[in-house]
Amino acid sequence: MPESAVKASSAVAEITVDSVPQLPVDQLQNMYRMMYRIRRVEESLLELAESGKIGGAMHTAIGHEGSAVGMADALQREDYLTCTYRGHHHSLARGMDAKRAIAEVLGRADGFAKGKGGSMHFIDPSLGLMGANGIVGAQVPQAAGMALASKIRGDGRIAITFFGDGAMYQGVMHETFNMAQKWSLPIIFYCENNRYSEMTPITRTSSVEEMYTFVRAYGMRSVQIDGNDVEVVYHTVKEAAERARAGEGPTYIEGITYRLAGHMAGDLETYRSEEEIEEQRGYEPLVVLKNKLLDRGVSEETLQVIRQEVDAEVEEAVEFAQNSPWPDDAEAYTDVYALA
Amino acid sequence: MRKTTYIQAINEALREEMRDDESVFMIGEDIGHYGGLFRVTRKLMDEFGPNRVIDTPISEQGFMGMAVGAAMTGMRPIVELMYMDFFLVCADQIFNQGAKMNYMTGGVVNVPMVIRGQHGGGKRYGSQHSQCVESTFAQFPGIKVVVPATPYDAKGLLISAVRDPNPVLFLEHKMLYFTRGEMPDADEPYTVPIGVADVKREGSDMTLATFSYCLLQALEAAEELEAEHGISVEVVDLRSIVPLDMETIYASVAKTGRLLAVHESQSNCGIGAEIVARIYEEAPHLLTAPARRLGMAPASIPVSGPLEEVLLPWKKNIKAAVLETMRTPTFA
Ligand SMILES: Cc1ncc(C[n+]2csc(CCOP(=O)(O)OP(=O)(O)O)c2C)c(N)n1
Ligand SMILES: [Mg+2]
Repeated sequence: MPESAVKASSAVAEITVDSVPQLPVDQLQNMYRMMYRIRRVEESLLELAESGKIGGAMHTAIGHEGSAVGMADALQREDYLTCTYRGHHHSLARGMDAKRAIAEVLGRADGFAKGKGGSMHFIDPSLGLMGANGIVGAQVPQAAGMALASKIRGDGRIAITFFGDGAMYQGVMHETFNMAQKWSLPIIFYCENNRYSEMTPITRTSSVEEMYTFVRAYGMRSVQIDGNDVEVVYHTVKEAAERARAGEGPTYIEGITYRLAGHMAGDLETYRSEEEIEEQRGYEPLVVLKNKLLDRGVSEETLQVIRQEVDAEVEEAVEFAQNSPWPDDAEAYTDVYALA
Repeated sequence: MRKTTYIQAINEALREEMRDDESVFMIGEDIGHYGGLFRVTRKLMDEFGPNRVIDTPISEQGFMGMAVGAAMTGMRPIVELMYMDFFLVCADQIFNQGAKMNYMTGGVVNVPMVIRGQHGGGKRYGSQHSQCVESTFAQFPGIKVVVPATPYDAKGLLISAVRDPNPVLFLEHKMLYFTRGEMPDADEPYTVPIGVADVKREGSDMTLATFSYCLLQALEAAEELEAEHGISVEVVDLRSIVPLDMETIYASVAKTGRLLAVHESQSNCGIGAEIVARIYEEAPHLLTAPARRLGMAPASIPVSGPLEEVLLPWKKNIKAAVLETMRTPTFA
């Protein structure tokens, strides 16, 4: 992979911004709102973590918003989704309430899992969100299982699973690719390639630089795209979803992106330079989308109003979450088994 | 004498063994250039280079299997699992392969490797990054399980683990990393043998057998119980649970007559159950009252801080269990 990220990578990307049709400005504006909402939620969570209110490992998706927002518009609400511990953005893009999301990360009673799951385990089946996962790669066969279930039932639902570049080296990924392709499962494998696996640049441990080429060995269709361009993500996912629904099997999408914040809250980021991050700020999803909107006649004032509305909304959500009570002590012992 | 952190003690043991024995090498995620997620392997790559401090992709099954293979040829790999919870991803290579090799081959091939890394709760990491795993490992013959609580024991036991001809699981509790303790000078070599418990606090009313981070919690509990209730608790640090030094426990119970075993892995079928069963089988006459155990309640570890506190068998729960043990009537 070329050193300088998305700009350089679109040279090798199979689908670039020029080759996809433009989305209506209204829709793009809504996407901007959602992207900015995700950004603000993540920034607020980082602040809460810095003040010691969030423990454990909290991974934000700052810089990854494009993949989530492009995906959400391209799929149906019933379509299954699994993702990694870095999964706040997918959940918010699919409509999870920021209040309940933040409360969960804080371990409060109003969280969607009563504060038991936390940041790494976002889930809400009513939105098709079938779970983020703390174990690298574990969510991928699960999504294929959901696709298998859809195929057996013949209900037209598809599955999408998100994972990182680092996950490509878990054996279970390759077991799943083969079965999904062989059985023509209705699934999209979406690799959010941010070029780092924790503190290790992926090129240091990978024998292959272009992630999307792996699955071609299994006969699977695969593309590399600019994952920071929401229009590109939208069209790529939409087309893959149509194929999956038509029984034409899986697609692998490698979306090139970059994580602008640390691997997790508290990451000292000694493994990369300020300059590298600074350069990436020029290609990040919010900047790309904002420039598109300005180009297409939307005023800076309009965008500013959107941002102010979202700021207020997220502030309120943080407030709500911080005021949410702690779960009852008795909750520590419940939910080990489902009740009949 | 000087003081070091637990992390520093482990780092020293790794460095010294790597210097002394060229067959020792390390393999794991982010251990080289970055120096380990918890900085335990800091700067080791600078001294030993990328052939002996190997950064891997996220391929636990692969690199655990490679460590088994390398050990079969006489190398002494030290595998770091970033979170011990991930042993489940590579469990076949650990248990079905490495642990059984010596037995299955009638002693023809042994596997001198160390698996090390941090485990345990207390930092709000949630269900997949907080569990204590020692009792599970104890179910598989062929692998030793070492659980040091102090920097001194950590260094001495890690050196013994590396030199051991068998697979050894070396468990570092995440709450221990920044604790400090006294150490001999850096150039003064020493080891701590695997399988020998150590009385960390003398007492006369009851014996509390524990290890790893629970030991520190038990020592604090013992001080408070002495002050608040006048109960004198003897605290035995097991230091390894396979092998399990029951003799030291028996010597203590011979004095106190009461026994409580405490650990952070599941109480159900855990090492505490084993300790209690053994004293009933082997030395029931030492007990003046029923032996008890305290482990993790049957639940996964939640993210929510207050809930995590409810479940973990730490100071508050230990104090309650000690009082309960003391209240239990003596045998008729
Ligand atoms: C089985 C397993 N091994 C290791 C880890 C620790 N870990 C968490 S995230 C991560 C890096 C993942 O990198 P990548 O797949 O590129 O995703 P990213 O974090 O960059 O989004 C590692 C090694 C884990 N959670 N699970
Ligand atoms: Mg990555």
